[in-house]
Amino acid sequence: MRRQLLGAMAVSVMALCISFAAEAKNLVYCSEASPEGFSPQLWDTGTTLDVVRPVFNRLVEFKFGTTEIMPSLAESWDISDDGLTYTFHLRKDVKFHSSKTFKPTRDMNADDVVQSFDRMMNKQNPYNGVSGGAYLYFEGMGMPDTMKSVEKVDDHTVKITLNNPESPFLADLAMEWASVTSKEYGDQLLKAKTPEKFDLEPIGTGPYSFVNYEKDATIRYKANAHYFRGKQKIDNLVFSITPDAAVRKAKLEAGECDIIVGPAPADIASLKANPKLNVEEQEGLNIAYLALNVTKKPLDDKRVRQALNMAIDKDAIIKAVYLGGGTPAMNPIPPTIWSYDKDIKPYPYDPDGAKKLLDEAGVKDLSIDLWYMPKYRPYNPDGKRMGELMQADLAKVGVKANLVTYEWGEYRKRMGNGEHSMGQIGWTGDNGDPDNFLYLWGCNGKNEAPTQNNTKWCNADYDAALKGAKETADVAKRTEFYKKAQEIAHEEAPMVPIAHSLVYMAMNKSVQNYIMDPLGFHNFEGVGKAQ
Amino acid sequence: MLRFVLSRILLVIPTFIGILLLTFILVHLIPGDPVEQMLNQHVIDPVRHAMLMHQLGLDRPLAVQFVDYVWHVMQGDLGTSLQTRIPVLEEFLEHFPATLELATCAMIFAVVFGLPAGIIAAQRRGSIFDHTLMGTSLTGYSMPIFWWGLLLIIVFSNTLHWTPVSGRISTDYYFEDGTGFMLIDALNSDDDGAFISAVSHLILPTIVLGTIPLAVIARMTRSSMLEVLGEDYIRTARAKGLADLRVVGVHALRNALIPVVTVIGLQVGTLMGGAILTETIFAWPGIARWVVGAINIRDYPVVQGGVLLIATLIILVNLMVDLLYGVLNPRIRHRR
Repeated sequence: MRRQLLGAMAVSVMALCISFAAEAKNLVYCSEASPEGFSPQLWDTGTTLDVVRPVFNRLVEFKFGTTEIMPSLAESWDISDDGLTYTFHLRKDVKFHSSKTFKPTRDMNADDVVQSFDRMMNKQNPYNGVSGGAYLYFEGMGMPDTMKSVEKVDDHTVKITLNNPESPFLADLAMEWASVTSKEYGDQLLKAKTPEKFDLEPIGTGPYSFVNYEKDATIRYKANAHYFRGKQKIDNLVFSITPDAAVRKAKLEAGECDIIVGPAPADIASLKANPKLNVEEQEGLNIAYLALNVTKKPLDDKRVRQALNMAIDKDAIIKAVYLGGGTPAMNPIPPTIWSYDKDIKPYPYDPDGAKKLLDEAGVKDLSIDLWYMPKYRPYNPDGKRMGELMQADLAKVGVKANLVTYEWGEYRKRMGNGEHSMGQIGWTGDNGDPDNFLYLWGCNGKNEAPTQNNTKWCNADYDAALKGAKETADVAKRTEFYKKAQEIAHEEAPMVPIAHSLVYMAMNKSVQNYIMDPLGFHNFEGVGKAQ
Repeated sequence: MLRFVLSRILLVIPTFIGILLLTFILVHLIPGDPVEQMLNQHVIDPVRHAMLMHQLGLDRPLAVQFVDYVWHVMQGDLGTSLQTRIPVLEEFLEHFPATLELATCAMIFAVVFGLPAGIIAAQRRGSIFDHTLMGTSLTGYSMPIFWWGLLLIIVFSNTLHWTPVSGRISTDYYFEDGTGFMLIDALNSDDDGAFISAVSHLILPTIVLGTIPLAVIARMTRSSMLEVLGEDYIRTARAKGLADLRVVGVHALRNALIPVVTVIGLQVGTLMGGAILTETIFAWPGIARWVVGAINIRDYPVVQGGVLLIATLIILVNLMVDLLYGVLNPRIRHRR
């Protein structure tokens, strides 16, 4: 009898738990790795930017699912005629989150915006050196050279002045590094002598407030009741960190996750066949390419570079390496970006034509190193396999390619130094602006290639086109400039564009309104869940 | 006894220095530097790169860095993570309960099933029991952990729905300011559902991590028991008419246990190795995954500090095992 009573009690407690769980709407997202911290300014990996995204807003943001700019913390803005001064008019109803240790006494205003930028720009700012003080995304985007000052005009107006006109600047500001943090919270932590908490226990204005992080396991958020775009349909957002792709798939199938990131290409078919799940796919804003170092012989000869473009069978690579999850590339930018030049005639796969061109260039019995990527990247799932296919293709036109690789950090460093002849590499767009891709192959009008230019190719006309586009805000004019740049890059062939990969997300059918982000981030604002 | 304990403790010191030097050298031998690893896909100019390396103190000669490191370690300072900027010891203590909980359960599982299996197999040598038990243990020993883990998940979680796939507890529960030991926190929460959830989440990782030690313990117990069971004093005990249970349980087992205890001590190291894969598969937030993550991003202080602390634990456990011999067999502590 006693045992039965105990059993009945246990069942009722469990039922209570279940009914409690059903009342609050939870959304569990199974993510791939642990974040470095919770600061959008300090770290630039996709994982960290994903976990800070629910917490923060920026002056302007990307419209969900697009790379178009929409107002956010700034309701409107004016750009001076010379393109050097941006004046932002801030919203007046934006509240910062409260936590156990912080209760905001005022709404967001210009002081918060100025402090957020000043931390990164000004060495004297008390937060500049906190938590290591390396603002990699800010620096990686070239902001220390672009931005001159950020000033408060009044409580709800901020003026940003640039050193040079920079037409992609609004798109730059929509990126996570430009998130607005709370000055009041920062000051409170400074007083308490615990400024490092600023980057570990974030306070923002976003749709969800940070609740807690159990290291390497779960991150919890709860809906921000005062969110200026409206309270979210989900009460509790949980990131369940699950590093292994096969386990993420198992958790989705078992109902332990509602959404999973990056299912393995090989699992897509079985996920699609599951009636309880949805698989969404989108063309990634990325490119995988083979950089041809034009400072190395015989790659200094345009005909040789064009021949290599004709020698590689991209369709075969898409089938074998991307398992069908990609499209062949012909331009240095993906087709989803505005100004993409559809009229360019791609180099055909033509081994005979390639051989002819090589003969014309007087290249015989060429033996050359081919660097392959040692690490999975969304734009190149298997560098080694891709390298082997390229090697076989090149052998058909009489070029002996020797496969070489290094540890990833070392690989990039050496490639930046121009030690390679041919090397696989790629890029994922930061902000959807064509300049964010095309600048990679530019030399800023000098005849010396910067580190990120892996082809070491410098072309005055190409640089002039990029510069022209940067200095005007007129999209039609910019499109013309960028088309010109694509034509030059196609003709000069400093690279073999290989593929733009597809990106997948798998989720339970009960998940509503999840919009895939073209920049590869994961956004939960506006997402709901059917009971 | 004191002399015995002291001599064992003295042996630990050179081991420590060796570990310090070895981890330091190995971790700095890995190509790539932390600044390079911190960057996602962007590049920063060489001047800024050098500045950051200087800020992290990594531009000094290796020997200087090593001396500085040892000096700080001697004062109990293991440094700060280059990535998270949190002290290494604090991070270790945050991850340690998860691993300790899992490793303890795995060890209990291995001993509870391994010892009896070995004893039964020895007693019924050559029987179908013996062959089945030893065949199974060999299979368990040879099973790649990764494959074994995924297999159990597919069978028990996805097909039979008996156990959850991964994690330490359902995402419905969380405990603020807990001890870090999920079973204890769940018990303290007075919520039966939480405790049931924590236990069910432990089952598969315990089996996966405990399988190899179980197989080793079973085989070791069997061979050690076989040896002892052939001894004269066992025959004498049987001749005296003692019950089989008493002969095996008291006379044979106590002597047979000495090599088994050694093996159990050594298995702590194996457990740490196995924990790397087990923690990855089951998304278990423990120290093994923490250190591997740090290697991937060249977080030198975490790798050095983490390995040092893990090694300290293994040394301590083995020291305890050495001392335990003395309890099991008084001849060992009185020797010399």
